[in-house]
Amino acid sequence: MGKTLFDKIWDAHVVTQAEGGIDVLYIDRHFIHEVTSPQAFAGLEKRSIPVFRPQQTIATADHNVPTINQHLPIQEKLSRFQVEKLTENCEKFGVELYGLGHPYQGIVHVIGPQLGITQPGMTIVCGDSHTSTHGAFGCIAFGIGTSQVEQVMATQCLLLNKPKRMRISVDGELQSGVLSKDIILYIISQLGTGGGTGYFVEYAGSTIRSLSMEARMTICNMSIEMGARGGMIAPDATTFEYVKGRQFAPQGADFEAAVQQWSELYSDEDAVFDKEYHFKAEDIMPMVTYGTNPGMGIGVKEQIPQAADSDSPKSYQKSLEYMGLHEGESLLGKAIDYVFIGSCTNSRIEDLRIVADYVKGKKKADSIKAMIVPGSKQVEAQAREEGLDKIFEAAGFQLRQPGCSACLGMNEDKVPKGKYCISTSNRNFEGRQGPGARTILASPLMAAATAIHGKIVDVREEVI
Amino acid sequence: MEKFIKLDTTAVPMPMENVDTDQIIPARFLKATTREGFGDNLFRDWRFDNDDHPKPDFILNNPTYQGKVLVAGKNFGCGSSREHAAWALYDYGFRVVVSSFFADIFKGNALNNGLLPVQVSPEFLHELFEAIEENAEVVLSIDLENQKISVPSKGLESDFDIHPYKKTCMLNGYDDIDYLLSITDKIKDFEKSH
Ligand code: SF4
Repeated sequence: MGKTLFDKIWDAHVVTQAEGGIDVLYIDRHFIHEVTSPQAFAGLEKRSIPVFRPQQTIATADHNVPTINQHLPIQEKLSRFQVEKLTENCEKFGVELYGLGHPYQGIVHVIGPQLGITQPGMTIVCGDSHTSTHGAFGCIAFGIGTSQVEQVMATQCLLLNKPKRMRISVDGELQSGVLSKDIILYIISQLGTGGGTGYFVEYAGSTIRSLSMEARMTICNMSIEMGARGGMIAPDATTFEYVKGRQFAPQGADFEAAVQQWSELYSDEDAVFDKEYHFKAEDIMPMVTYGTNPGMGIGVKEQIPQAADSDSPKSYQKSLEYMGLHEGESLLGKAIDYVFIGSCTNSRIEDLRIVADYVKGKKKADSIKAMIVPGSKQVEAQAREEGLDKIFEAAGFQLRQPGCSACLGMNEDKVPKGKYCISTSNRNFEGRQGPGARTILASPLMAAATAIHGKIVDVREEVI
Repeated sequence: MEKFIKLDTTAVPMPMENVDTDQIIPARFLKATTREGFGDNLFRDWRFDNDDHPKPDFILNNPTYQGKVLVAGKNFGCGSSREHAAWALYDYGFRVVVSSFFADIFKGNALNNGLLPVQVSPEFLHELFEAIEENAEVVLSIDLENQKISVPSKGLESDFDIHPYKKTCMLNGYDDIDYLLSITDKIKDFEKSH
């Protein structure tokens, strides 16, 4: 029987099996940031042990950094302390840090791929659930807790049960105005937030193959929102082309040799998955969420489903109450207060280009507060080089400095209580963007159109 | 890590489903650099209003319900991988969370911190909620050695699964890291051929 892509990579990384059949998995790359690492470093200190392979760990400051005046000391005391602690720990343990002000600084899942640190066939972990993003390169990449961060720092290994494999295929041609964000929001709305629990997902099919690397990252990024441990896409010419020439990618003959190896990374034709789903690209509309988990999504032209049809009407009702929305209501035409374009889901240069393309020559609605937060210093620099900042400015948007920002509201970038925010991030949980904030997840194009109109519109009617 | 063998305790019921880790511990409280003290902010936005007054209708503010077990609706702990969620529950005083379904990362984090996730069938979970609703003083018994959860006074009992390796760790208070550190020679050998 053939092997799945997942099995090929996993099996190549098993050091040994511990008691009860649990695998010791070797980790090639480890990303860390200021929020989930301090307790892990403290653990090493307590045991008086070093970081086992410091060259395989890369640090950045992203979660709680301000997105303006990054050259000044961080105002908020606790955030400043956490970032300083990271700097201190990295110095002490010999870990490379792309801290504030460094040209490589940015959201951890944006910088890894951008710098060529993320490469096909690797195992990659980070104390952050959206580590699944890196799976777009044909990696096994997943989020871990702080105890595991400590384990990887101490031994470059983790003790894990091998998850089951799921394949989700999307075939056909997308409607114009429908982006990869819509594909993943659609899939999660179909499978639910627990639909992928216990599985590692491979995305396949002609629609997925046709996507750019950045669009693929958006899909893999949100795998965790259906409970899956991670998501991956078999590497192909698009992948190799993207990795080629990046700072930390193999160069010259080494690169050619690597491509040879990477070309073996696909699921064999007779490989068996524990679960399979098939979707048609044509069925996917621009998506918006209406509730407080990413599974509560509908096509922009659809109505909010009835509570009675959900499997937990009480939780469902509570969620709608929080959002100030009703069963049967449509979100089309809904007035919005805030627009957030950013996060590791949609803050790459392509996302910014899509937004710039749409808003060029237009002006945002007066009622809207709009924020564009690039995923990294490099994205920011590129956007300025291409003149996107001028386009944004003319349209009334502010291009800020990189960080997680309003994706999780750990810094000042919050949405006030009761206000609606259309956001390109990945989570619409209660209070995610600030206490009482009401988040509607959507694609960068939908977010841009909302900013211009001041309300939710169907972008398909605009871009054709 | 503290050992867990057997526990008899009253329980706190929280039938809400899909409780995500952002609710268990909101991001703005993740700025500490130690593992302690997160219990104060457990379920912060459900527990307190904007002026930091306890919300009387939230279960943790209801003195009727106390205990070291949290009985929760399905898909508990979904969302962010923050281990702070497990720390907050533990720091608050919970030692067991019972649900019909747990998110993967949360489950792993809980086990790494001596907080036992007990997964039961939806039917059994329903019976537990009923028993607690009927009598807030009802005692649940969680026996890790025999992998059984029961309500002796009601004659309710169910088995639960746990990975044998994780069970050994919980029973003895071992961390994964102790084991991994003991095999560094194997890891170095692996690196040579990797
Ligand atoms: S942008 Fe949001 S989801 Fe991504 S790493 Fe930062 S906080 Fe997590």
